[in-house]
Amino acid sequence: MGETPEPFVRFKDVQKTYDGEILVVKNLNLDIAPGEFLTMLGPSGSGKTTCLMMLAGFETPTNGQILLGGNELNTVPPHKRGIGMVFQNYALFPHMSVAENLAFPLEVRRMSQADAAAKVKRALDMVELGEFGARRPAQLSGGQQQRVALARALVFEPDLVLMDEPLGALDKNLREQMQYEIKHIHENLGMTVVYVTHDQSEALTMSDRIAVFNDGVIQQLARPADLYERPENAFVAQFIGENNKLIGKVDQVDGDTCVVDVDGYKIRALNVAHEGVGSSTTLSLRPERVSLAPSDGEVPNNFDAKVLELIYLGDHIRCRVSVCGDDEFIVKVPNASGHATINEGDDVRVGWTAEDCRALDVWQG
Amino acid sequence: MAVVSDGAGMLRTADGVPLKQALARATRVNKIKAFLLVAPLLVFILITFIVPILDMMTRSVSSPEVVDALPKTIAELVKWDGTDLPPEAAFAAMAAEMSDKKNKFYLGKAAARLNFQKSGFRSLFNKSQRKIKRVKQGPFKDAFAKIDKRWAQSATWNIIRNASGRYTDVHYLNAIDMNRDPAGEIAAQPKIKRIYVTLFERTIYVSFGVTILCLILAYPISYLLATLPLKTSNLLMILVLLPFWTSLLVRTTAWIVLLQANGVLNDLFVFFGIVNDENRIRMIYNMTGSLIAMTHILMPFMVLPLYSVMKTISPTYMRAARSLGANPFTAFVRVYMPQTVPGIGAGSILVFILAIGYYITPALVGGQSGQLISNLIEYHMKKSLNWGLAAALGGLLLIGILVLYWLYNRIVGIDKMKFG
Repeated sequence: MGETPEPFVRFKDVQKTYDGEILVVKNLNLDIAPGEFLTMLGPSGSGKTTCLMMLAGFETPTNGQILLGGNELNTVPPHKRGIGMVFQNYALFPHMSVAENLAFPLEVRRMSQADAAAKVKRALDMVELGEFGARRPAQLSGGQQQRVALARALVFEPDLVLMDEPLGALDKNLREQMQYEIKHIHENLGMTVVYVTHDQSEALTMSDRIAVFNDGVIQQLARPADLYERPENAFVAQFIGENNKLIGKVDQVDGDTCVVDVDGYKIRALNVAHEGVGSSTTLSLRPERVSLAPSDGEVPNNFDAKVLELIYLGDHIRCRVSVCGDDEFIVKVPNASGHATINEGDDVRVGWTAEDCRALDVWQG
Repeated sequence: MAVVSDGAGMLRTADGVPLKQALARATRVNKIKAFLLVAPLLVFILITFIVPILDMMTRSVSSPEVVDALPKTIAELVKWDGTDLPPEAAFAAMAAEMSDKKNKFYLGKAAARLNFQKSGFRSLFNKSQRKIKRVKQGPFKDAFAKIDKRWAQSATWNIIRNASGRYTDVHYLNAIDMNRDPAGEIAAQPKIKRIYVTLFERTIYVSFGVTILCLILAYPISYLLATLPLKTSNLLMILVLLPFWTSLLVRTTAWIVLLQANGVLNDLFVFFGIVNDENRIRMIYNMTGSLIAMTHILMPFMVLPLYSVMKTISPTYMRAARSLGANPFTAFVRVYMPQTVPGIGAGSILVFILAIGYYITPALVGGQSGQLISNLIEYHMKKSLNWGLAAALGGLLLIGILVLYWLYNRIVGIDKMKFG
């Protein structure tokens, strides 16, 4: 997807301010390939929804351009953009039946009644709500309303569909089920999807690429696996998944790796985003990459630790230890057969490789 | 508590008390408390609202005056076939009842009642009472004929007989410009006496006009109120409510100052040369005055229900409609407006009901052509003292409003109505 030369959607130097004082979106440049499922992920107030609204046409960029299929969108009103949109609270028209809701985009496009009816039926069947056409939205459950909203955004066959936290109002089980459904519909229809969410697991499950937003800037744009395994800065490392954070100073740099002084402990880590010898850095380390009781010489980082707390979670055990002066250090011990028995208060050894420990910038979140 | 079911399927508690009975006992204290809390209001409404309405509704159909004053005469008249003249017995009874001093008060009321039926009865009764006292011997038929030749006409006696029932439809007939002719048949009033139907029509016409004007003017304001940022919309809300807190009389008088021939508006028109000094526009003491002042005064009753409905419509609906390809106009008409229908209904029905019974404003600024039915009700309550007719006119208004309410409930549903 990244190799496609011609992007379908392009944000070019886009800036947005509401009050003329604070930039909500700071110089955004983003290319989205045709057929891609791109998720804008970030905490609330990070500018992701504003970007979506600018793309939909409900907000105008203060500066810069948005292009769709090579055409500039800035002056095109929302109803002429031909972009499907699924809203957070579905925005199903309460005074129309489900079928009327779906027929609405076709009617305003002056499609003949027979064609419209056929398309409405196909769209309803696609979301497995074929029997519900005559009902009012209020008579449907949350999940069913969500599906109707999805069908309505797709029924006029737009090439681009925007989704603004569409699963936010659903309970956990239903949300996971809908994630797969949306993913499958995307795979079947092949339209481009821009999806906004603050839920990282949702983003990881569904997306081709994820753009992590914070403070009006894309912090990192990458495939889900890269984002999780190779975060490029401390914010992304902290925001995606669980993360152990150790703050120290870079002591020396040797090629790809460096040695970081954390509270007197020397930790070997991978160079990613620190500013050279003497600068402060945040070490990021995933809890599942820490091994208990490594044999001597197996890993470069090997320290004494004290078990402070154990939480049994079924498939794994969360183990909070004190190591390198940090009391919030988490180790995930898989609940595999024959794993080591540990008790609170035990002294243990923990270790990890230099590749799993990334030396990033300093971010005070 | 354990629940056991006996053979008949009735649920019982473990103690064997039927479950429903146990529930009633458990909630009885709360029900009594709740009733005691609403009791003062209930009594107040009963005394000040329900009872007077029932009393007036009774007055609109009851007419005990004639039969109370002349029971024996009526008894004789009922036997009479209605042609020619009543028998001598009726005349004799009439003479006796007219001569009875204790009966004077009731005779007065009966005369007034009959006078509404046909003018001249009051003076006829007064004259006859005075003179018949001196006649000690019959035949009374001739004596009455000598006092006034109307007593020798069967029409006079027919009117008395027709008014003799304890209940009558005559007030309602009068209220729609009908009457009973001497033979007791329903007939239209002579043209010169037909005023009520015209007035009802005018009242409905003005109320309808006021409702439409209010709706047209209030809709954009309510939309602004519901969509503007809080700071601006609060200011706007104060502007809407400010007149609401001012006395009705002050507001109406203000319109007189503005609209009269030498008022502010006409002076401005003359100043800017829109009209010349001799042809100042007549905007008050006519229907225009009633329309303008009532629209202004009833406006908040339209704005508030509309606003409260619009406030609940999420702006996302419009966005959704736009994203689905509807231009702003289509989105507004197809998606926004249908959702405001409960507000339109509530506001319209409220304004219409208030307008149909409006009284002070048309009385002050309506002049002759701007008078409404309520002004006539007031006239019959306070000046002509024909309470029966006043009650009948009010009763017709009440029926009209109930019909409207029923229609609204059928079409929109009363549970969807929202006020302020």
